[in-house]
Amino acid sequence: MSLLLPDAGLLFWTLLSFVVVLIILTKFGFPAITSMIDERKRYIDESLQHAREANKKLADIEKESAALLKAAHEEQAAILREAAVAREQLLKEAREKAGKEGEKMLAETRRVIQMEKEEALRDIRRQVAELSIAIAEKVLSKELADVEMQNSVIEKLVEEAFDEKA
Amino acid sequence: MDKVRWIFVLLLLFAALPVSAADAGKSSDVDVKGVIFGHVKDAYEWHVTTLGDKHISVSLPILLYSRNSGWNIFSSSVFHHSKEYNGFHIAESGVNEGKVVEYDKDGNEVRPFIDLSITKNVLAVFFNSALLLVIVLFTARWYKRNKNSLSAPRGFVGVMEMLITMIVDEVIKPAVGKRYHRYVPYLLTAFFFIFLSNLMGLIPIFPGGANVTGNIAVTLALALCTFVAVNFFGNKEYWREIFWPDVPTWLKVPIPLMPFIEIFGIFVKPFALTIRLFANILAGHTALLAFVCIIFITMSVSRAIGTAMTAVSVMFTIFMNVLELLVAFIQAFVFTMLSAVFIGLSQPEHHADNTHDDK
Repeated sequence: MSLLLPDAGLLFWTLLSFVVVLIILTKFGFPAITSMIDERKRYIDESLQHAREANKKLADIEKESAALLKAAHEEQAAILREAAVAREQLLKEAREKAGKEGEKMLAETRRVIQMEKEEALRDIRRQVAELSIAIAEKVLSKELADVEMQNSVIEKLVEEAFDEKA
Repeated sequence: MDKVRWIFVLLLLFAALPVSAADAGKSSDVDVKGVIFGHVKDAYEWHVTTLGDKHISVSLPILLYSRNSGWNIFSSSVFHHSKEYNGFHIAESGVNEGKVVEYDKDGNEVRPFIDLSITKNVLAVFFNSALLLVIVLFTARWYKRNKNSLSAPRGFVGVMEMLITMIVDEVIKPAVGKRYHRYVPYLLTAFFFIFLSNLMGLIPIFPGGANVTGNIAVTLALALCTFVAVNFFGNKEYWREIFWPDVPTWLKVPIPLMPFIEIFGIFVKPFALTIRLFANILAGHTALLAFVCIIFITMSVSRAIGTAMTAVSVMFTIFMNVLELLVAFIQAFVFTMLSAVFIGLSQPEHHADNTHDDK
C-alpha cells in the first residue's frame, strides 16, 4: 500500500528540482535549440523557394533566348532573301541598262555611219559631177568648134530637156 | 557482430556471478518480495551491492522536523550501528514500514511532521536533473556556437535534435494548437526528464537503477506541473466550458450535474497522468526483477533446474530490458502527449456558432 502513497519529502524535492531544471532550460536550453531549428527550417524553405524561382527564371530566360534566336534566324533568312531579290533586281536593271545603252550606241553608230555614208556619197556625187563637167567642158570645147555642131548639140539638149520635163 | 557476441558473453558472466554468490550463501528461501520491494521502494540509503557479508551502500542525509525535537539532520549510516537515534527509528512493519518514525506522547509510532530526507529517489532525481541540465545545455551550446552557419548537427546533438523535432512537430504542435510556443519548453523538459529517468532506471549500477519514475510521488509532481500548466494558463473559453458547457440546460440547472463532472475531470486528468506513468514503470521494474529472481528461486530448489533456468532467465531479462527501453520512450512520449492534449483542451478555439454566449 505504501507504494501508492506519495511521500511528501520526495514530492517536495522532485517538484523543486524539476522546477529548477524547467526554469534553467526555459531560459538557456530549449528556446535556443528550437529557435535555431525553426530558423534553419525557414532558411531551407527560403532557399528552396529561391532555387525554384531561379529555375523558373532560368527556364524563362532559356525560352526567351530561344525565341530571340529564332527571330534572329528568321530575320537573317528574310535579309538574305531580300538581298537575293535586290541582287536580281540590280542585275536585271544593269543588264537592261547595258542593253539600252548598247542599242543607243549602236543606233548612234548607225546614224554616224549613215551620215558618213551620205557624206561620202555626196562627196562622190560632187566629184563625179565636177569630173563630168570637166569632161563635158573638154568634150564640148572640142565638139563645139564649129557652128553646126553647136546647133545640133543645142537642139539635142533642148530636146532632152523637154523630154525630161515631160 | 563480434561486439554483440562479446556483450552477450559478458551479460551471461554477470548473470552467473550472483548465482555463485547465492550458492555460497546457501541460506534459507529466497525472499523475492523483499528483493523486489527493496528495489522499487524508496530508501534512506542507496544499497549498491553486497559482496559476501559486506553491504556496499551510499549513506544519505536524513532531514527531519519533529514536533518533539525540532529539526534533525543526521546520516542514514547511524542506523547501521544502532536501531534508534535521537528518538527516531525505522519502522519494521505497519503503514510506515521502512520509513523513519518516532513515538508521540501516547507511545504511538508516528512519522515526523516533515521528512525532507535526501532519500535514494531524491538523490536519483537530483542526479537525473543534473544530467538532464548537462545534456540539454551541451546541446544548446552547440546551437549557440553554430548559429551563423545554420548547419545541421551530427552525432549526439543530432539525436537530440531528432527527438526535439519529433516531440515539437508530432506532439506539441498538433495537440496544443495555435499557441503552442509557450508550452514547448515545459513539455520538452517533461519529456526528457521522464525519458532520462526511465533510462537511468534501467541501468542497474549506481547512480542508475533507482525506481524514480516508478514512484508515485515523482509522477505526482510531474502531473502537478501539467495541472498548473492546464489550469493556470487556461483561457476564458476553457472555464466557460467547465461551468457552463454546451449541454441541455437541465443538466446544468438546478443541479449542476455537468459542471460537477467537468470539475471532477480537472482532477482526474493529472491523476491519470500520475497513475499510468507510475504503474507502467513500476511494472517494468517488477517484471525485470522477477525474472532475475527466477534464478535464485530455482537454484534453491535444485542446482540442475537452476542452471537451466539461468539461461532462460537471462534471455527473458534481456528481452525485458529491451522491451523496457521501448517502454521508457513510449511512457515519456505518452506523458508528454497527454499533457499536450490536456493543455490543448485548456485553449479551446472560440466556437463560431455560440459567439453570443460570453459576450
